[in-house]
Amino acid sequence: MVASLYFSFTDYGIEQIAGFEETSRVGLENYRQLLDDPKIALSLKNTFVYTILTVPAKMAVALGLAMILARLAFAAGFFRTVFYLPDITPPVAIGIFILVLFNGSTGVVNVALEFVGIPGPFWTTDPSWIKPSLAIMSIWTVGGTMVIYLAALKAVPAHLYEAAAIDGAGPWRRFFNITLPMISPALFFTFIVLTIAGLQTFTEVFTAYFGAGSAGVEAPDAALMNVIYLFRQAFEFFNMGFASAMAWLLFAIIMIVTAVQFVVSRRFVFYQGEKQ
Amino acid sequence: MSAGAQSNFPTGGAGGLTPRVGHGLLGRVLGRGGGGEGRRFSRLKTAFFIVLLTGISVLAVYPFIWLVSAALKPQSDVFDNKLIPTNWQWNFTGDPSPVSGDERLLALPDAPVLSWIWNSVWIGLLAALIVALSSALVAFAFAYFRFPGRGFLFALILATMMLPGAVTMIPVYLIWNEITQLTGEAGRVAFLPDIGVNTQYPLWVPNLFGSAFYIFLLRQFFLGIPRDLFEAARIDGDNYFSMFRRIALPLAKPALVVVFIFEIQAKWFDLLTPLIYLRDSALYTLPLGLKMILDQQGAGGGGEGRWEIIMAGTLVTVLPMLILFAIFQRYFIEGIATQGRKG
Repeated sequence: MVASLYFSFTDYGIEQIAGFEETSRVGLENYRQLLDDPKIALSLKNTFVYTILTVPAKMAVALGLAMILARLAFAAGFFRTVFYLPDITPPVAIGIFILVLFNGSTGVVNVALEFVGIPGPFWTTDPSWIKPSLAIMSIWTVGGTMVIYLAALKAVPAHLYEAAAIDGAGPWRRFFNITLPMISPALFFTFIVLTIAGLQTFTEVFTAYFGAGSAGVEAPDAALMNVIYLFRQAFEFFNMGFASAMAWLLFAIIMIVTAVQFVVSRRFVFYQGEKQ
Repeated sequence: MSAGAQSNFPTGGAGGLTPRVGHGLLGRVLGRGGGGEGRRFSRLKTAFFIVLLTGISVLAVYPFIWLVSAALKPQSDVFDNKLIPTNWQWNFTGDPSPVSGDERLLALPDAPVLSWIWNSVWIGLLAALIVALSSALVAFAFAYFRFPGRGFLFALILATMMLPGAVTMIPVYLIWNEITQLTGEAGRVAFLPDIGVNTQYPLWVPNLFGSAFYIFLLRQFFLGIPRDLFEAARIDGDNYFSMFRRIALPLAKPALVVVFIFEIQAKWFDLLTPLIYLRDSALYTLPLGLKMILDQQGAGGGGEGRWEIIMAGTLVTVLPMLILFAIFQRYFIEGIATQGRKG
C-alpha cells in the first residue's frame, strides 16, 4: 500500500524494473496525467455505468427469487441449486459466453428476440450495446446474492407477520414494514460487496474484448473498464508509476462510494436488538 | 464495526457458522427451521410460481446445455443453435500429429492443455490446503488467547478485506520482481530456486499468510467451541499446538471444508494473477490457457474461427466446478449464506 503510494509519485517504469535507470520522483506528475488522459475518464465512466446497470438489477432479481423460494412448498431446494449454477461458472467462461450468446448474427439471444419480432442489436460490436450485454450476463450470476437473501428471509421471526396480519396489513405493507427492514443488513451487505466488485470488474470483460491476438480487432472503447486500463498500463506498457496513481484513484473512489453508502444506509438499515 | 454488527444480525444470535453447521444454518436456508413469512403459497399460486421458476431455470441452465452441444459439433455447426448436434464430432482428443486445421483440444500445437489442467488442479489444491491451515492457525490464536491489542490487530486484519485487489496488485508484483532479481542467476541468493516472476510460486505462496475473510469465518467458528473443552485438554497435558490439532481442527471441519472449497474455486476462477506472473505457456493455469486459445483461434468472434475447439476448452474449464458443486453443494450454499451475515 505505502509502496504503491510512493511509486505513484515516481516515473517507475520498464527502465527501472530492468535496472537501467534510477527511479526519480516526479511529484504529482502522474496525477496530472490522470486528468489529461481521456481514457481515464472514459474507463471510469464505463465502470460506473456498468456498476449502476448491474447492482440494483441484481439485487432486485435476487430478492424476487428469494422471496418466491422462501414461500414455495416444494422444489425450493431444486430451484435454489439451479439458480446457483451460474455462480460457479469461471469468469473466463462467462466472457466466452458473452461472445457466443450475444453474437449479433448467430447468437441465441438475437435468435430469440427475432422469434418474438424484435430485431436484436449487434451486442458485441455496437458500442452502445456492449455494456447492456455485459450487464445482462452479470445478472445471470445472481445465485449467490439470492442465497444470502434467502437465509436472511428465513431468519425473520414468523410472529411478526402473524401480528401484522392480525392488524390487517396487506402483502405490500408486510413487505415494506417487515420484510425490508428485517433483511436490510443483508441488503446493505450485498449492496456494498456488489458495488465494490462491480467497480473492479475485470475478467469477463477482458476475456471477451481484450486479447493479445484478437485477430487485429481493436478492443472497443465501450468495454474499457477501469481495472482493465490499469492492468494494461501496468503490465502491458509497464508504466508502473502512472498505474499506481490509477490504483490510488480507484481506491479513493471505492472508499468514497462505500462511505456514502454507509452514511445513507444508516437511515435504512435496521439491526435487531439495537437501541433506537 | 464488523464484530458489533455481527451479533446484532437478526439470526437469533446464532452468529455465523456454529459448530453444528448442518443443523443450524442449512436448516434455515432450506426453510425447515420455521421463521420467515411462514405461510406457504396457496395451490394456485404455487403452480403459477413453479411455472415461472421453471422458465427462469431454463435461462439459468441454457448456456450450459448450449455449451455442451457446441463442444460436440464440427466447426461449421457451432453457431447453428441446435441443442442436439446434427453432426457429432469429438473435439477433445485426437491424432497426436494432426493435420493443420483439424487439431483437437488436447493435441493443439503450442497449447499444452493437459499441463494447464494439471497446473490448475495442483495449485488449487495446494493453495486451498495452505490457506485453510494458516488461516485456522491465526483464527485460533485470535479466538483462544487473550492478549493486549487483540481487538486492534483483528480489526486491522478485517480492514485488509476492504482493500481492493486492484490496488495491491502493483506493489505485490514489485515485491515478486525484487525476489526474482535476488534468486535469479546473478542474484545474491542464487542458491535458492527461482521463485519470482514467471514461476508458479506467486500463485500460491501468498496463501501462507492466511486470508482475512477465512480468518474471520474460522474465528467465529472457534469462538463457538466451549472453552471448557480446551481447559480440559490443558489439564490432560496438551500444549497449545496439540490442542489446536486435536480439538480445534477436527471440530472446525465443516468450516475448513468451506474455506477449502472457496479457495479452490477462487484459484480455478483467477485469470488476473496468472496473467501478471506467467510468461511461458507451459506454466499457465486453465483460465489463462483458455484465454490464449480464444485469442489464437477466435478470429474476431464470427463463425470463421475454430470455435468448436474453444467451446471444448470452455467445457473442460466449466465442468470440474460443476462436479465439485454437485458433491459439496451444502458447503457452497452455507459458505455463501455465512458471508451474508458477516455484514
